[in-house]
Amino acid sequence: MKMTVKTDLLIVGGGAAGLSAAAEAASAGAKVTVLESDLHAGGQLVKQTHKFFGSKDEYAGTRGFEIANILLDEIKELGDNVMIDTNTTVTGYYPESQEFTAMRGESEYYRIKAKKAIFATGAAERMIPFTNNDLPGVYGAGAVQTLMNLYGVVPGKKVVMVGAGNIGLIVSYQLKQAGVDVAAVIEATPKIGGYWVHAAKIRRLGIPILLQHTILEATGDRVVDGAIISALDDKFQPVGEPQKIDCDTICMAVGLTPTTELFWQAGCKMQFVPQLCGYVPFRDNTMRTSNPDFWVAGDASGIEEASSAMVEGRIAGFSAAKSLGLKVDEEKFKNYWTRLDHLRAGEVGAKIRSGIDQVKVNGWEA
Amino acid sequence: MGGITMGCCCGNDDEKLFNSGILTGPRPGAVLPPQDKWETKKGGYVVIECPQRIPCNPCATSCPTGAVMPFADINDTPAIDYDKCTGCGMCVAKCPGLACFVIDLTYAPDKAVIKLAYELEPEPEKGQKVKCLNRTGEEVADGEIIAVAEPFKDHTKVVSVVIPKNLAGDIRAIKVVC
Amino acid sequence: MELIKKHPILEFHHGKEVEFTFDGRTLKGFEGDPIAMALHANGIQVYRETPLMKRTRGFFCAIGKCSSCFMVVDGVPNVRTCVTPLKAGMKVETQKGKGLVPMDVK
Repeated sequence: MKMTVKTDLLIVGGGAAGLSAAAEAASAGAKVTVLESDLHAGGQLVKQTHKFFGSKDEYAGTRGFEIANILLDEIKELGDNVMIDTNTTVTGYYPESQEFTAMRGESEYYRIKAKKAIFATGAAERMIPFTNNDLPGVYGAGAVQTLMNLYGVVPGKKVVMVGAGNIGLIVSYQLKQAGVDVAAVIEATPKIGGYWVHAAKIRRLGIPILLQHTILEATGDRVVDGAIISALDDKFQPVGEPQKIDCDTICMAVGLTPTTELFWQAGCKMQFVPQLCGYVPFRDNTMRTSNPDFWVAGDASGIEEASSAMVEGRIAGFSAAKSLGLKVDEEKFKNYWTRLDHLRAGEVGAKIRSGIDQVKVNGWEA
Repeated sequence: MGGITMGCCCGNDDEKLFNSGILTGPRPGAVLPPQDKWETKKGGYVVIECPQRIPCNPCATSCPTGAVMPFADINDTPAIDYDKCTGCGMCVAKCPGLACFVIDLTYAPDKAVIKLAYELEPEPEKGQKVKCLNRTGEEVADGEIIAVAEPFKDHTKVVSVVIPKNLAGDIRAIKVVC
Repeated sequence: MELIKKHPILEFHHGKEVEFTFDGRTLKGFEGDPIAMALHANGIQVYRETPLMKRTRGFFCAIGKCSSCFMVVDGVPNVRTCVTPLKAGMKVETQKGKGLVPMDVK
């Protein structure tokens, strides 16, 4: 059983950003170790049955789970340069000894010393408070995707989806594909948060989207058997008679928040940025944090999309490889930024851009 | 009979309806073909319902003739050059948002054919009778599947359905009844 | 709760079907899939009860970050069943209250 493992580049998280970073850094010759806490690599990509948006460079029109395979194939081509350990959770960073600790499974515990690291730790589902929100049957939307798309298990028979952002809309469609009834999508604001086409797709299948509604209570003795919802006024206050919807699953798609424990432990400069949905690290244009050995990529840098996560991963992988003294092609760097800027150029990117403006630096002194 | 119109007319609730994913009338990125040409075009024209500027362009990059015009900026809404559209349906199969349709008004005096993307169970089969759904999922007519294709062999089927011509502006989904 | 019979896009490749026990009952699941998936497919949603208020808890995040899915597995409490792979013969039990860790280290 290994006690301390050494590596040039540690990538924490084997999702869209982490795998892209690994492929990029390894292509420049870096020796990379990717640690992924889930049982397979691919992160949220492996659960996405829908076709991705963006442009050809970001695999638009290709289903999410196929994109994960494309990235893994690319990494396989790079042979021994990349090692991916799944079922392994990085449990902490200790600045005193500049070591990481990790746990494989539930009992094998060891340390890692890395020259450089990229934290591509993604995000976690948020929750909203309502009575009995801890009842079994209240599940995160991502969790429902895992059940049905990865493991082929029916999540429930009738679902109430809370939240009409992209995740709520997409998972509702995926539920229909799995043969599950969606009683309603409820959204507190006066507009859907996700792409209009995702909403149109489920409306024409008869799934109602109730704008300006919220959930007040989950009913049920030991598991969910219904949801009590209410209309909201323009000040988000409940108005009118509450309504009960019979259901056995309440799916929470009320937003994600970046997973950032490692940045805090490493002493990175952080800020709460509402547009990026939580605390995120400051970063320069190489995606480097205030700690000269650590980079950020993907949803951990701010909640966005898989397409931008992949490009951020490339940028971070490129920059980490460069910092290891490896030879890199600067044209690629310029190219990645052009793609990222294009993805963020439209109206839907405005929120992201204003969020990033608050935490980007032109360069670090050290 | 009059021209095909798009969407349902609900007066000042239009914006609220649109905000929940229902097209209430034409907008940039969601227009109907010119009526006179449409009524005589064998093979039909593409109808795309993508009124929001999002970073996405597979409709344009998959179009073999350039009928869905190349995007200057990836965030643009799609624009159509009807002279080039052959009604092939590649965009119908490629669009990640399932927002592309091909509608042929020449099938019969009172019938049209709509090609739409379908990715559900039960599997659609030629000859099947289906329920036709409008934008809010209401069953508004019966239809018949006359062809099923899978151009990219990626599980997105392009289903050709015979529908009442006067509902060509409303029908946007089908329910396969087994 | 059951397995999806036919999916329009996906094909499911499960590992070997094995037996395990849940609170003494013998159930079937797929080797290598997370324990929580096998439980869900068998219709089991309640995984533990909280120490003070005895509230039921189960599956929530599926990525090992929330602690809702803890159960006692082969005598070890606080096991994240959503990311722990199922093995043949595993003994899975509803966790009541805080888990008790065996204090003698072998």
